[in-house]
Amino acid sequence: METYILSHLEALEAESIHILREVAAEFQRPVLLFSGGKDSICMLRLAEKAFRPARFPFPLLHIDTGHNFPELIAFRDRRAAELGEKLIVRTVEEALAQGIARATPGESSRNRLQTPTLLAALEEFKFDAALGGARRDEEKARAKERVFSFRDAFGQWDPKNQRPELWNLFNARINPGEHMRVFPLSNWTELDIWQYILRERLEIPSIYFTHRREVVRRDGQWLPVSPLLQPRPKEDVRTLAVRVRTIGDISCTGCIESAANNVADIITEIAAARVTERGGRADDKRSETSMEDRKREGYF
Amino acid sequence: MSIATPAPSTELLRFVTAGSVDDGKSTLIGRLLFDSKQIFEDQLEALERSSDLTGGGRINLANLTDGLRAEREQGITIDVAYRYFATPHRKFIVADSPGHVQYTRNMVTGASTANLMLVLVDARQGIIEQTRRHAYIAALLRIPHLVLCINKMDLVGYSEEIYSRISAEFTRFATRLDIRDIAFIPVSALNGDNIVDPSTHMPWHKGPPLLRHLEDVYIASDQNLTDARFPVQYVLRPNSDEHHDFRGYAGQVAGGVFRVGDDVVALPSGRTTRITGIHTLEGPRQTAYAPMSVALLLADDVDISRGDMLVKPDNVPSVGQDIEADVSWMSARPLQLNGKYALKHATRNTRAIVRLLRHRTNIDTLEPEPAATLGLNDIGRIRLTTLTPLAFDSYRRNRQTGGFILVDEATNETVAAGMIADPPPAVPPAVSDGGYAI
Repeated sequence: METYILSHLEALEAESIHILREVAAEFQRPVLLFSGGKDSICMLRLAEKAFRPARFPFPLLHIDTGHNFPELIAFRDRRAAELGEKLIVRTVEEALAQGIARATPGESSRNRLQTPTLLAALEEFKFDAALGGARRDEEKARAKERVFSFRDAFGQWDPKNQRPELWNLFNARINPGEHMRVFPLSNWTELDIWQYILRERLEIPSIYFTHRREVVRRDGQWLPVSPLLQPRPKEDVRTLAVRVRTIGDISCTGCIESAANNVADIITEIAAARVTERGGRADDKRSETSMEDRKREGYF
Repeated sequence: MSIATPAPSTELLRFVTAGSVDDGKSTLIGRLLFDSKQIFEDQLEALERSSDLTGGGRINLANLTDGLRAEREQGITIDVAYRYFATPHRKFIVADSPGHVQYTRNMVTGASTANLMLVLVDARQGIIEQTRRHAYIAALLRIPHLVLCINKMDLVGYSEEIYSRISAEFTRFATRLDIRDIAFIPVSALNGDNIVDPSTHMPWHKGPPLLRHLEDVYIASDQNLTDARFPVQYVLRPNSDEHHDFRGYAGQVAGGVFRVGDDVVALPSGRTTRITGIHTLEGPRQTAYAPMSVALLLADDVDISRGDMLVKPDNVPSVGQDIEADVSWMSARPLQLNGKYALKHATRNTRAIVRLLRHRTNIDTLEPEPAATLGLNDIGRIRLTTLTPLAFDSYRRNRQTGGFILVDEATNETVAAGMIADPPPAVPPAVSDGGYAI
């Protein structure tokens, strides 16, 4: 006897596939933003579910800060090759060289510099829709963002003037020069992502699992020591068994002490965690509305 | 509450919250998150940092959900905020909506996907116009379940009499609405009474606390599994040697169950064919039901494309270009009679002309009243003609195939949410009491 009930993961999956197919049907030149992180790994699986046995109706785009965990870049290239899909990479380095992006003196993280780099890439390829892996549970400003999030000709988000979004009917209409950011994972939580990775047996970069790494205590977190981040005098430097919970610019991505070496252990750890995922991201801590401010400018 | 790890097979419940500005709606959501241990240390820390600004030194749970700068500064909820929490039994998606009349459109938005509406009333004030308006929206958007939370019970001495009076008054009002299931729960969101655990202050309340009710309310029958509807969304046609003959009609099942071997009719053309396979990445399936996203393989190479709808020959929706619907107007630019709009219904994009405005509904009295136009946050009954035929059901029968949006072709703004009306009865009722069916 078959019961006609979907589990929460199946319901979320069906919703995300629907969103991906709407983008393919409604836009001329969509693109999928792929960083190699856990959310965009789920996005690729959902795209396979939406479009196989056909090819993806969009290329993949990575905005490379140059401040990466090397494991992530290797994983990114391998995954794109396995899928046989086209990967475009645009770097903050080039954007700085061309004057598209300008570094702020004293700011070591390049997260903010991704914004002009991304906007320039969207313009270069005339992309009219960019699929992103952002989730509403990540941050308060994201909690209010639409699945189809309209951006004006300057790439800006206007939180007070968003289009109402009803049922599963998405208004995809834009004028030339404008674009849409689309977030198929809007309704997923961090735990859903990990349960999906487990269910689908998805490969993820090794830095999500426990490994020994030299880290330095700064701003209440353990930051990885790298050529981009050298300990200052008197700072507490240790080699610990750590893993990352979310991946950003290597100079500001906090590591957590963890012994989790498989996905099931990570799920147990997250379920018991007392700090949110982005609690390890120094860039979000600056003010109560720092994400809103960055998003207004055109951040992911 | 134990640690919230939903099993992978947990059901999903979507609910929308509604309340007036000071009913403590955001506090209630904050309380559900807090008591089900979904608030994390860094969020608590951020709350403590900001509490000096808005909470008078006391931690303000509303700051957890009101994330936009303007909201924090003004201490109000402007837009729908989506929140997530889970218990071992269910995963919840909360559309936290502003309650004030000027944000009716935001509430309609939050209500459109909800299984349940949680309406808050202040025990000191009882049922007010806004309560009626919110219940009306629940009925209009056909939310199957409603919970009336009578909040701030701590401020009325946890009085059973006050609770009973408010419940009775709401019940009398709700008989005019068509809501399947209504529950009443006396709570204090601020103190946590009857939120997660039964309140020791109100032993007279025999029903479950709010969270238990949300975990147990029966939602399996909310989905229409009777009328098979498959709006074709996208045609999968790999141009590869390996899959040379593959043609998959991709989409999300909008109602009912499809099986391999079923005869199907493509609407609006009326061509018939048969399902030869149901394709997913995991491999072929024998059945597909709402709300699965799949791809159907068909016996004949018929001309079917995005916007068409596959149904079964013995259960077909209406097909036509003249549509009667209730609309919630969402734009500051009023409805233009005889104006042309872009219309999106299921996967069909077409255009429509608004031929007629029958009435505007006074959402405080629920009475229809004559009107020349509809303005922002108005609700009314219109008649429109579409450029191409639509295959549709009444919204009462199916929220997916009975709902549509209107878009302003100049500004690309979504201006209205439409709910297709029931077909007129074959025989007009003999007696009219002047009442108005919602």
